[in-house]
Amino acid sequence: MRASLVQIRASRGWPKLGLREVWRFRDLAYFFAWRDIKVRYKQTLFGGAWAIIQPLVLMVVFTFVFGTVLSVETPPGVPKPLFYYAGLVPWTLFATSLTAASDSLSANSSLVQKIYFPRLILPLSSVGAGLLDFVIALSFLFVMTFIYGTGISLNVVWLPLLTLLALLTAIAVGLWLSALNARYRDVRYVIPFLITVLLFVTPLFTPSSQVPESIRPFYFLNPMAGVVEGFRWALIDAAPRPGPVTLLSAAIMLLLLIGGLFYFRSAERSFADVI
Amino acid sequence: MSEGLSKRYRLGTAAHTYGRLSESLSNAFSAPFRWVRRSSIASPNAESLWALKDVSFDVNVGQTVGIIGRNGAGKTTLLKLLSRITEPTEGRALLRGRVGSLLEVGTGFHPELTGRENVYLNGAILGMSRATIKKRFDEIVEFSEMGRFLETPVKRYSSGMQVRLAFAVAAHLEPEILIVDEVLAVGDVAFQRKSLGKMGSVASEGRTVLFVSHNMGTIARLCETGMWLDEGRVKAHGPMDEVVGKYLAASAQGTSHFLVEDPTQAPGDDDVKLRSVAIKNGQGNASTYLDSRFPIYIEMEYSVLRRTVGLRTGFRLLSSDGTVIFTTRDNDGADLPAVEQDRGTFTSRCEIPGNLLKGGQYHVTVIADRPYVKVIFHVESAVSFWVESTQRIYEQNRVGVIAPELKWTIQRKDLPDAHGKS
Repeated sequence: MRASLVQIRASRGWPKLGLREVWRFRDLAYFFAWRDIKVRYKQTLFGGAWAIIQPLVLMVVFTFVFGTVLSVETPPGVPKPLFYYAGLVPWTLFATSLTAASDSLSANSSLVQKIYFPRLILPLSSVGAGLLDFVIALSFLFVMTFIYGTGISLNVVWLPLLTLLALLTAIAVGLWLSALNARYRDVRYVIPFLITVLLFVTPLFTPSSQVPESIRPFYFLNPMAGVVEGFRWALIDAAPRPGPVTLLSAAIMLLLLIGGLFYFRSAERSFADVI
Repeated sequence: MSEGLSKRYRLGTAAHTYGRLSESLSNAFSAPFRWVRRSSIASPNAESLWALKDVSFDVNVGQTVGIIGRNGAGKTTLLKLLSRITEPTEGRALLRGRVGSLLEVGTGFHPELTGRENVYLNGAILGMSRATIKKRFDEIVEFSEMGRFLETPVKRYSSGMQVRLAFAVAAHLEPEILIVDEVLAVGDVAFQRKSLGKMGSVASEGRTVLFVSHNMGTIARLCETGMWLDEGRVKAHGPMDEVVGKYLAASAQGTSHFLVEDPTQAPGDDDVKLRSVAIKNGQGNASTYLDSRFPIYIEMEYSVLRRTVGLRTGFRLLSSDGTVIFTTRDNDGADLPAVEQDRGTFTSRCEIPGNLLKGGQYHVTVIADRPYVKVIFHVESAVSFWVESTQRIYEQNRVGVIAPELKWTIQRKDLPDAHGKS
C-alpha cells in the first residue's frame, strides 16, 4: 500500500466535489443506511407494515375526499384507489428521503464534531431506510394492479429511472436543506411546511390534465410532478403518457442537484464549528 | 505500510468564529432568524478568537507526541485540525499516511443496536473497511471481554461496558498516524491499564501517535516527545520530561496558595465552586517550603451553592517530572454513601504524614466530582510546594518515588534450646 499524503489547509474559491473520496468511504455509507434500516422499526408493533399502512390509509382518504366527495375527474379506465396509491408510493419515498436527508447532519452532529469522513455520505446514505419502505410499498402496488386487473404495460421498464428521479430530487433538495440546517435550525420548521406545499402542487389529488394548459409547463418545474405522472403511466396501462414535460422535471432536478452539491461542499468547511 | 521519513506540520490558525462563512447572509437575514442573539453579541472582529495561532512543528515517523496544556489552550482544536474535522483558517499541515483519530470513545454508538452491530458500525465510522472489521471481529470482542453481551442492545449496557466495547474497537484501528484525545480517563482501572498497554504497543510498532491527556503520569509514560500549548501557541516542544517540568512549574508559579479572585471565573459548575487551595504546615501557616519530617496539610475551600448529593473532593500529588505520586479522595476508607451537603462554604483538609515525601518540588492537582457522573472541577497544578528533605543524609539518596518511614519489627524465630532437635 502506498502511503497517502494529505495536505490540510484552508480551502479557497470553488469547492471540489470530492466524489472520489465519497466512493472510498462507500462502506461507511452502507453502514449508515444499514443502521437506519435496523433501527427504523425497532420496538414497533407493526414493523415494516408501516411502509404499506401509511400510503394505504392516505389512499382511502384521498379516494373518499377527492373521488367521492369532490368527484375529481381521473383518467378513464384507471380505478380511483389505484390512481391515488400509485401516486402516493413515489411521493412517500420523496417525502421520507427529503426529511431524512435534511436532518442527516444535525441528527449525526456528534459524529460530525468528532470524526472525519466526507460529509456528503450523510445525506446520501440517509435515503436508504426510505428506499426499503418504498420497495415494500411498491410490491404492494403490484399486488393491487393484479387485484384490479389493470395489467402492467411494458412501460414498467421506466420505473427504475423514475424512482431514481424521485430519489435524486429528494437528495438535491436535501443537500441544500441539510447544509442550511447545520447552521440555521429554522430549516427544521421549513421542511414539513415545504413538503405540504409540494404536496399540493404535485398531481397527487388530480391528474395534471386538469391543470390549465397555459400553466402546465410551470407545474412541471416541480420534478415530483413528472415522477408521479410517470409512475401511473409506467404501472397502469390506461394512464396517460406524461410526455416530454418529464424531461423538464429531470432538468430541474439536475440543476438543483449540482447546485446542492457545490453549496453543500462549500458550507461543509464550517459544519463542525457551527453545528 | 511504508512512509516517508518525516512529517512536516506547518500549521497556521483556526478561528472559531460564528458566521464567518456567511457574514453577509447573516446580516441580511438576521432579524427574522433565531440566532440573532449569537451574532449580535459583538461585531465579528471583536469576537473572533484564535484558538490556535501559528503552531508549527515536525513529528517524525514512529514518534509518540504528548500534547499538554490547560483547558482551552487549543489542544483539541489542534487534534480536530489534524484529523480534518475542521479546516484551518491559515497555514497548512502535511500528513503522510492514513490518519485514525479517536477524539471520543464510542462516537456513533447506537443505543438500539446490539453490541455486535455496534462493533461493525463503530468500526466503519472510525474508518475500517467491512472486510477489516470482519477479520478482526473476534480479536475485538476478546479484548473487550464483552463476549457474553454481544447480542444485547447497547442501551442496556452500563457506561463502563460501553466504554470497554468502544475502546476495543478503537484499539484495533491500524492507521499510520493515530490521534487520541483524552479518552482513556474513562472505564475501570484494570481496563484503563489494558488500554494503555495497547496504546503503548501501537507506538512501539513504529506508528506515529499524537496524544492529549490531563494525566501527566500517563502522558509521561507513553510519550517520548512533548508539546505544551498555551493560548493557542506552542510554549515548549521537546523531550517529554522537560516539557512536563516546564509546564508544571509555570502553571503552579511556585505558589502555595491558589485563590479565586473573580467568583464568576471560579472552577466548578452551578452547584459547587472552588474558592481556594492552600498548602499549610503543622502550625497552620501557608507555606511553600516544608520540612519533610512534619505533616503537610492541603486545604481546599469551596462553596456549595445548591444542596448537593454525592460530592467528592480530592487531589493528585505530582512530582516535578509529572509522575502522579498518589491520588486521594475525601471519602477514602469511609466508603460513604452519597452524602448530602447543604449550601455553604466548606473546607476539605487532608494531612500528608511527615516522613513520606522525598525532597523536591511537588504539584497538587485538585479535583471535585460526582463519582461516575461528572467532573465538577479539575485544576491542574493549582498549587505547588517544595519539600526540604531533613531526613538523615543516607536516606535522602534512596531509590524510590517516596521515602516513607515505616515500622519494622525484628523477631527471632528459633529458640536457642530448640537447636538440634528432631
